[in-house]
Amino acid sequence: MTATQDSPKGKLKKTFFKSDQEVRWCPGCGDYGILNAVQSTFAELGLERENIVIVSGIGCSSRFPYYMETYGFHSIHGRAPAVATGVKLSRPELEVWVITGDGDALSIGGNHLIHTLRRNVGLKIILFNNRIYGLTKGQFSPTSEIGKVTKSSPYGSVDMPFNPLSLALGVGATFVARTIDVMGKHMREVLKAAHEHEGTAFIEVFQDCNIFNHGAFDPIVKKEVRDDRLVDLRPNQPLVFGQDHDKGLIWDCNQLRVVKLGEADETGKVWKEEDLVVFDPSNPNPSLAFALSHLREVDEPTPIGVLRSIKQASYEKMVHGQIQGIQDKKGERSLEDLIYAGKTWEVK
Amino acid sequence: MTTVTPDGSPTGKVEILEEAVIRFAGDSGDGMQLTGNQFSDSAALFGNDLATFPDFPAEIRAPIGTLAGVSAFQVRISSNDIHTPGHLLDVLVAMNPAALKVHLPDLKHGGILLVNTGNFGKRDWEKAGYTSNPLEDETIVEPYHLVQVDLNHLTKETLKDTNLDNKAIMRCKNFAALGILLWMFNRDLEPTIRAIKERFGKKAPEIADANVAVLVAGRNYAETVELLDHTFQVDQAELEPGIYRNIMGNQATGLGLLAASKLTGVQLFLGSYPITPASDILHQLSSYKQDGVITFQAEDEIAAICSTVGAAYAGMLAVTTTSGPGVALKTEALGLGVMAELPFVVVNVQRGGPSTGLPTKTEQADLYQAIWGRNGECPLPVLAAASPVDCFYMAIEAFRIATKYMTPVLLLTDGYLANGSEPWKLPKIEDLPKFEVHFETNPEGFQPYKRDPETLARPWVRPGTKGMQHRIGGLEKEDGSGNVSYDSENHFHMVKTRQAKVMGIAKDIPAPELHGDSEGDLLVLGWGSTYGSIYGAVDKARKEGFKVSQLHLRHVFPLPEGVDKILAGFKRILVPEMNMGQLTNYMKTQISADYISYPKVTGKPFYNDEVLRKIREVLA
Ligand code: SF4
Repeated sequence: MTATQDSPKGKLKKTFFKSDQEVRWCPGCGDYGILNAVQSTFAELGLERENIVIVSGIGCSSRFPYYMETYGFHSIHGRAPAVATGVKLSRPELEVWVITGDGDALSIGGNHLIHTLRRNVGLKIILFNNRIYGLTKGQFSPTSEIGKVTKSSPYGSVDMPFNPLSLALGVGATFVARTIDVMGKHMREVLKAAHEHEGTAFIEVFQDCNIFNHGAFDPIVKKEVRDDRLVDLRPNQPLVFGQDHDKGLIWDCNQLRVVKLGEADETGKVWKEEDLVVFDPSNPNPSLAFALSHLREVDEPTPIGVLRSIKQASYEKMVHGQIQGIQDKKGERSLEDLIYAGKTWEVK
Repeated sequence: MTTVTPDGSPTGKVEILEEAVIRFAGDSGDGMQLTGNQFSDSAALFGNDLATFPDFPAEIRAPIGTLAGVSAFQVRISSNDIHTPGHLLDVLVAMNPAALKVHLPDLKHGGILLVNTGNFGKRDWEKAGYTSNPLEDETIVEPYHLVQVDLNHLTKETLKDTNLDNKAIMRCKNFAALGILLWMFNRDLEPTIRAIKERFGKKAPEIADANVAVLVAGRNYAETVELLDHTFQVDQAELEPGIYRNIMGNQATGLGLLAASKLTGVQLFLGSYPITPASDILHQLSSYKQDGVITFQAEDEIAAICSTVGAAYAGMLAVTTTSGPGVALKTEALGLGVMAELPFVVVNVQRGGPSTGLPTKTEQADLYQAIWGRNGECPLPVLAAASPVDCFYMAIEAFRIATKYMTPVLLLTDGYLANGSEPWKLPKIEDLPKFEVHFETNPEGFQPYKRDPETLARPWVRPGTKGMQHRIGGLEKEDGSGNVSYDSENHFHMVKTRQAKVMGIAKDIPAPELHGDSEGDLLVLGWGSTYGSIYGAVDKARKEGFKVSQLHLRHVFPLPEGVDKILAGFKRILVPEMNMGQLTNYMKTQISADYISYPKVTGKPFYNDEVLRKIREVLA
C-alpha cells in the first residue's frame, strides 16, 4: 500500500496494479481474464495508480476493486454509476472505471446506467455479462435467455431478456463495445479505445460463470467456432467474418443479412467484398450499430469490438465549463458578499 | 388587537398596536406571495420585528376561483421580539370568495376583513361552494369589520389609458390591496415603489409603472374615502443594532452550506432530486455557479445520495437535500456512508407523511427515521434547526461534525422553517464558527481505518494522493487496515467503535440553552421548528406566574452532555411536537423523567396559545 514506485510509461508490468489481496473468485471464473486484461492495459497505458478510481456495485464482479492497487470503492447494489458520477464530477482529472454485472447494472441499477449513458459522464463501464446471478447462487438475470432453468425458474424462465448493447445504443451512449473474457488481446484493444474516449465508454464482456452458467457462450466463443460465429468490427472495413473470411453482411430489405462471398445465391448473384456493408463506428446515426446489436445469436454472427464511438463533450466538461464561464464573467464572491446580499436594513 | 394608549397622537386617528397579524389570501394567480413579501419588506425596513409564513395550494394550477387554488401569505409584525408568524388574524385580505371561505375561520372577531368585491359575482361565490353571496349573509360577516372595495374596478380605472391588455391590467390588482394595507398601517410607499421598479423595471418597465400606479391608487382611494375611521401604527421593535435581512429557512440552509465551503476552502457538491419542500435549496445552490458550487440533479433520490457519497470520497463538502420520502429511498446509501465512514450531510426538509402524505404541509414525524431508520447498527448524528435563521448555523454545524468525525450527518428542518421567514441579524464573518478540514497525505504508516484516538475518525484521503491507494466499501472491514473481514469479534468491535465515535460527539456540542429558571414545575422540551411557538408560550406562562422553563434541542442525536442534569431540575417535562410523540419516546430511551407528550399532526405548526393552554392545563 505504501509503494511509491514510479510508473514510467511503457515499462510497467501488470503486477504494478495488483493489490495485496487474495483473489477470491471461483477457480476458472471468467473474471480472472478480465482482471488480467485490465491490469495489463493500465500497465501498457502507463497510468498512475493514484489517479485511478475503480467503483463497483454488488455481485461477483464487483469484488474487482479489492484486487487492484488503485483507489477503489465497493459500493452498493446497482449504484456504482451514481457513486462514480459523484467522483468524476468532483474530480474530472481522475480516471474513473466502473465494474458491474448484468444483475447490478441492468436490473437493480438500470436507472443509473441509462442516465449515466445519456449524460455522457466520463466513466469507463465494464459490464461482466454472465447471464446469471452468481453471488446469490444461481437465479436468472435480465440477460438470461427465455426458458433458462435456474433455482428461481425451475420450469424455465419466462422473463424476456434484453440486450445490453441495444439498450446502450438506444439511450444515446457515445461509446459502445463488446469483448470476451477469453480473448485477452481483443479485450485490451477495446479497453484502450475506451480509455481514449471522452465521455462514457460502455463495454460488455461475455463472461463465463463456470459454476452457475458454465459454457453459456461456448456456442459462439469456443476456439473452433469463434471465427464463424463472431464478427469482429473494424472501423471502416467491410463486415467480413468466417474462418476463411468467406462470409459477410449486406444491407437488404432494411436489415443485415449474411451472404457467402464468391458464391452465387438463390437469385444467382455472386457476392463480392465490395457489396458488403462498410462499418463506421463514428457515424452519429446509430441505426447500423443498432442493427448489428440485434443480430440473432443462434444463426447470425455476434458482433464484437467497438459498435459506436462518437465525439461528444463529456458531462463533467460541460458542468465545469459552465462554472468556469460564469466565474470568468462574474467572479467569485466573498462570504460577506453572499450573506450581506439582498435587501438589508440597519437597526441603530 | 392589543391596543395601547394612543399616546396623544396628533390627529387622534391612529391606533397604536403592539403587533398585528395580517394574511393576504387569493387565487394562486393573484400574486398573494409577492404582495405579502412586499408588505413584510416594508415592515422590516420600518423596523418591526416580523415572521412570515406562506400557505401554498398543493395543486400547481387549480381551477381559478376554487378552494383548492387558494394561496395565502401570513405576516406578523410587532414592536416586540417575536418568533412565530402568529395564529389568529387581525386583518384578512380576501381577493375572492374561495379565499374568504378557506381563511375566515382564522380571523379574530372584530378583525378587519378587506374583500375585493370585484370577484364576488354569483359564479364566483358558487365556485367557492356558497349558496348565496357571503358578503350579504349576516351570519357570515357580522362578527367582523367588513371593508368592501372593488379592486378590479379600481385597477381598471387606474390603467385605462395604458396600452396593457385586460389580462395584464387585472394582474396588477394585488398592488391595489397592498396600497390599502400600507395606508392602513401608515407606511411610506417609497420603499415598495423602489422594490417594484427593481423587480419589473428592467424587463417590463410598463408593468412596473402599472403596478406603481395601482399601488398609489389603492393608497389614495383608501385615504380619500376614509376606508376606516382610523389607521394603525406598529412601532419599531427594539432589535439589537446591526445589519438585518429577511431570510427563509431553505434560503438559510443553502447559504449555510455554501458558508461551510467558504470557511473551509473545500468545494461544495450537491446531489439532489427535486422534491417538495426541499427543491428551493437545489435551485439556490444551482445559482451559485460563480462560487464554484457543483450541483447535480440526479435521476432519482438514490443517485442523488450516491453521487454525494462519491463526491465525499473524492474530497468535496458533499450534501444531498430531500424530504422524508426521499430519505426513505436514500436509506441504504446512508448505511454505506456509515460503513465507509465518509463525511457528508443529508438535509431532510420534513413534510406531512407517511408516503406522499401532505407535500406542502409541515410535520416533524421523521425523527424515528432519522435516528433509527436503517438496517443494522447504524448510528449517525441528527441535528435539527430551530428557526429559519438557525438553518444557516446548523448547516455549518452539520458539516463541522461530518468532517471532524468522518460520518454522514442528518440535518432536519421542515416545511414550516423552509418557507417561513424572519429577520436575520447578519453575523460578522469573523464570528462565524471556524473549522478546518484535514486531508491525510502522509503515506508513512497510513491505514484507511487507522483512527484518531480522540475522535475515532478515520483519515480522509483524496484519491490522487500518491502512495495512499486503498479500497473501501460496504462490507465489514478490519479496523485499521480496512481489509474485508468476516471475523465475528472484529464485527462486534467495529459496531462498538462506530457507536462510540458518534456518541463521542456529545462532548463536542454545546449544551442547549435553558430559557427560564433551572428549576421549576414544568420544562417544555422541544426540537426543531416548534422553538418559536414554545418560546412565546413559555414567556407568557412565566408572566402569569407559572414555574415553567423551555429547553430546546438542536443536537438531537447524540444528546449533548448535561441534558439529564437540566431535566432533573423539573417535576415534569412537556413535549409538544408535530408527530405522535417521537421525541418523547426517544427521550425515554435516553433519560428517565416524567414526560408528557403533546402531539399535533395537522400539517400546521403549533401556535403560542395552544402551547400556553397546555401549560396551564398541566399545571392547573
Ligand atoms: S459464481 Fe460464477 S461469476 Fe461468481 S466467482 Fe464463481 S464462477 Fe465467477
